[in-house]
Amino acid sequence: MEDDVKGEGNRRNFLIKLTSVVGGAGVAAACVPFVASMNPTSDVLAKAETEVDLSNIPPGGVHTVAWEGQPVFVLHRTPEDIAAAQASNGVIDPEPDAKRVIKPEWLVVIGVCTHMGCVPTKEGPGWTCHCHGSQYDDSGRVVRGPAPKNLAVPPYHFETANKIIIGKA
Amino acid sequence: MSGPIINWIDKRFPLTSFVKHELTDYPTPRNLSYWWNFGFLAGIVLVLQVATGIFLAMHYKADSTLAFDSIQHIMREVNYGWLLRYMHATGASAFFFVIFVHMARTLYYGSFRAPRELLWWTGQGLLLMLMATAFMGYLLPWGQMSFWGATVITNLFKVTPFIGENVVIWLRGDYSVGDDTLTRFFSLHYLFPFLIIGAVIVHLVALHTVKSSNPSGIDLKDKDNIPFHPYFTAKDLYGLGIFLIVYSVFVFFMPNSLIEPANNIPANPMVTPSHIVPEWYFLPFYAILRSVPNMFGGVVAMALSVMMFAFMPFLDRSRIPGGARYRPIYRIQFYLFLLDMLVLGYVGYKPPTNPSIVVVGQVATLCYFASFFVVPFVSKIEERWLIKRGLPAGIMELMEREKRDLENRTQEHRRRKGDLV
Repeated sequence: MEDDVKGEGNRRNFLIKLTSVVGGAGVAAACVPFVASMNPTSDVLAKAETEVDLSNIPPGGVHTVAWEGQPVFVLHRTPEDIAAAQASNGVIDPEPDAKRVIKPEWLVVIGVCTHMGCVPTKEGPGWTCHCHGSQYDDSGRVVRGPAPKNLAVPPYHFETANKIIIGKA
Repeated sequence: MSGPIINWIDKRFPLTSFVKHELTDYPTPRNLSYWWNFGFLAGIVLVLQVATGIFLAMHYKADSTLAFDSIQHIMREVNYGWLLRYMHATGASAFFFVIFVHMARTLYYGSFRAPRELLWWTGQGLLLMLMATAFMGYLLPWGQMSFWGATVITNLFKVTPFIGENVVIWLRGDYSVGDDTLTRFFSLHYLFPFLIIGAVIVHLVALHTVKSSNPSGIDLKDKDNIPFHPYFTAKDLYGLGIFLIVYSVFVFFMPNSLIEPANNIPANPMVTPSHIVPEWYFLPFYAILRSVPNMFGGVVAMALSVMMFAFMPFLDRSRIPGGARYRPIYRIQFYLFLLDMLVLGYVGYKPPTNPSIVVVGQVATLCYFASFFVVPFVSKIEERWLIKRGLPAGIMELMEREKRDLENRTQEHRRRKGDLV
């Protein structure tokens, strides 16, 4: 008799646990569309490629173009800039200059400070972020914190000698 | 209350008993000073913000191409639109002001101590919700400060381990703050005040369970309590009159004093203003964020700096009633903490390019956290010193009685639980 009751209890406990797990999984699954709806929409994703004409950027000049809604710096480096950039490896996030460019005279970096996302300003050699005082060199490498990382290099390729496509390597 | 209608209702809904219990007969310490007005004032500001906000939303357009212009439309073309907007913008500052005073009073008089810990913690939750609401509302005018403030703060989530980048993109719905960010912030900015109203009800239920603290720090005898109505409704309304005078001075004579001029420039994702500052009420916390050279550390320090208040019931180990009023060392600590907050606020306002400002900020940040960490030791030492120096016999008796009461309560609680089983 007692075993019967106990057996009933075990079965009931098991069913309560099982239905709770199934119910919980159902609620979690129902949350997915809500959470996913906050991710970038298709039309936002469609802004993913930007074409840049390099022919009218003079040596030493920098153009800012929008890619994925973010500014991208395209810097036409002079031979002195290149020499200076190749001479060091950066300070906080060391990386050789050769790894950050396809052609040494063209530096293409995302113009978003890796600290808090402000847009750094071109000042002398390199950039300075006025939000929290980070500094970057002419290879987009961080030389003074608080930024933890170098300016990111977006995927890009040379379509012709004077045209790059940002968004696709 | 009487009359057939009230009678009819009372049989179906506890109207009379509720009003009696929570208002006309609600026992309130007779010695509450005007420092106890600020909870009521916060409630009034909440009502003002919801009212002005609902009417502003009738004219505002949450679309990145229209938002900035719709604010100008509200300011110039909507009947009394300027008044609604200035009341709402000033109301945000007023809200933080009264909440900061409300918190300072709780810290000064030690009102967070047993049995009011839950009251304090629900208040802490309300502070976080208030901060979130204010932050999201600040994006809506779509000016330069709106845009870059939202950029910097959503970027903080980049420090989430492993999935940081994805969390930031998910929060914004875009690779940078954009139209999708604006629409979701508007939706949530409209939702949060109602969550706050819910949390305020929880806060009030907790308050009416443990009752108000008072400047003496001693739970008064029944004969020393007076009904909330009419005594404290009158006192609160008088305080409200003073508050409304100050509020009106800001709304009517200096409405732009608390609005950053840079926010009158439409948002431009390609150019960051040379000096971005948050609203004044976030400055001390922003200074802490900037003072830590490491990004992860900075974000953690800022989050902790807001949450430190919640630890006070554990940190303060003194049994002396009345908080700073009867504790000279705690009083000094309290004023030094306020001073440190002001220094941090100043540092947060200044550009970070000046190295001496950075050092001052780092020292002030250390002092901020240190002032919490020394509380357990200092409060115990101070208690011993005060007892040794000789407390009035009444206070000693009280402390002993409180200790006995606490033991009795726990025993009774155990007994009751035993009865139930």
